[in-house]
Amino acid sequence: MGLDVAFWILAVVGVTAALAVVLLGDVFRAALSLVLCFLAVAGIYLTLNADFLAVVQILVYVGAISVLIILAIMLTREVQRGSPSNRLRIPALFVAALFLVVVIYALLNTNWQISSVPPLEPTTPAIAGLLFGEGGFILPVEIAPILLLAAIIGAIVLVREK
Amino acid sequence: MATQFLPPDWPGNFWAHWAVFTVIILVFLLLTVMAFIWFERRAMAIMQSRLGPNRAGPFGIFQPAADALKLLIKEDVVPAAGDKVVHWLAPVVAFVPVMMVFAVVPFQGGALLADLNVGVLYIVAISSLTAVGIFMAGWSSNNKYSLLGAMRQVASVVSYEIPVVLSLIGVILLAGSLSLQQIVQAQEIPFILVQPLGFLLFFCGALAEINRAPFDLTEADSEIVAGFLTEYSGMKFGLLFLAEYGEALAISAIVTTLFLGGWRGPLLPDWLWFLLKVGAVFFFIVWIRTTVPRVRIDQLMALAWKFLFPLALINLLVTAVEILVWPDVSLWLLVPVNFAVMIVLVLLWSKLFKLGWGRVNV
Repeated sequence: MGLDVAFWILAVVGVTAALAVVLLGDVFRAALSLVLCFLAVAGIYLTLNADFLAVVQILVYVGAISVLIILAIMLTREVQRGSPSNRLRIPALFVAALFLVVVIYALLNTNWQISSVPPLEPTTPAIAGLLFGEGGFILPVEIAPILLLAAIIGAIVLVREK
Repeated sequence: MATQFLPPDWPGNFWAHWAVFTVIILVFLLLTVMAFIWFERRAMAIMQSRLGPNRAGPFGIFQPAADALKLLIKEDVVPAAGDKVVHWLAPVVAFVPVMMVFAVVPFQGGALLADLNVGVLYIVAISSLTAVGIFMAGWSSNNKYSLLGAMRQVASVVSYEIPVVLSLIGVILLAGSLSLQQIVQAQEIPFILVQPLGFLLFFCGALAEINRAPFDLTEADSEIVAGFLTEYSGMKFGLLFLAEYGEALAISAIVTTLFLGGWRGPLLPDWLWFLLKVGAVFFFIVWIRTTVPRVRIDQLMALAWKFLFPLALINLLVTAVEILVWPDVSLWLLVPVNFAVMIVLVLLWSKLFKLGWGRVNV
């Protein structure tokens, strides 16, 4: 009961915020709506007992990525009217609607497996065991930082003065 | 040691627990912030051979209450060309995360709103939200000084987040848990002795994140008026001010919990130990403010990336190796080793790294 109420509140807030990101003309307010959308998604993770994921969502998306987006917006001109409408509105609406239909079709036609096992508590040791333990995902965990390191070095090389 | 543990849903059911602790946190935050403002002004005055506030009540203890009352009845000026909705929302967005941090801070054994098993990570995540509020304040004011202050804030938060989180991992490795409750229980000796370098890095980084002197560039009055606070007045200014002191209080509480043994201590009741330690850490913050001059923005960035970040990585490596190699050794044995590591590293890095030469990019 309580979880249902929480889900609907978060879902409505999240979808409204996501629409605001697209529809607002003021780019700065659109970025703030994106922050709200990320927070709503983190709330939904919480209702699903994925507390670690929710906190990481806030840390990475709200704390870092949104701030970087806002910082990038500061480098553009015409922030308050920065999202002008153009002739691509109708095609964009068409593509978005098509995507929505496909997603809804996939959602309704999937045979969702519902686990009857109670959620793990506490979650952090299990996640750590999967990420770093034997037979876990240690290889992807190690590859991702190398990729990021290469990206960082690339960025430094690109912006370095001669 | 008279450690009493309250049951997890004291006093009764979930909602009673929630209501009681929310009220406790609110009252604690408001009263302590007012006490801290008074304390800071008096302590700074003594350190600077002044008198400080001394008229309202004995030793001026009613000065913060008088200031709060004055703020409440002041006119609320909103910049005509600013973004009014964002201007109104910004103080709220800045203040709410500060209050939420206290949800996981244990005041006594078991006395906390929520014992999350991701507690430390929750604190780091929630406190990064304040930067969004401050950026909203700076942008919506439509004032170049406000925006400059907000840009500096974002730059410092993004850079200092990394050494702060890395220096916390040492504590988490030692305690074997992310829950603040269990970290306090794991501290047979305060972790400041086992993690001296981690404490130093965390304290520096935290001061920079909350814009306390010597890192108070976002409101450097001699350069950019009052930074993001410039266009704020009345209670909105009051709320931003409250958020700022609330952050200082939160940092004091987190340092107390992670490094100073939290509520643990002999003789006195547990909650009193907690308050005393928080007060001591805050006194240290005030002391630093009156002692160290403000750094420039390029020095701020250099300190984060060239000094704190590599040392935090080395600290993490050293702690991890110690825990792997001597899993059963007494923590007391790690104390001299880690102090030696800290002294060698800090001396070495201060030889390698000089603050203040090179180009100035403001």
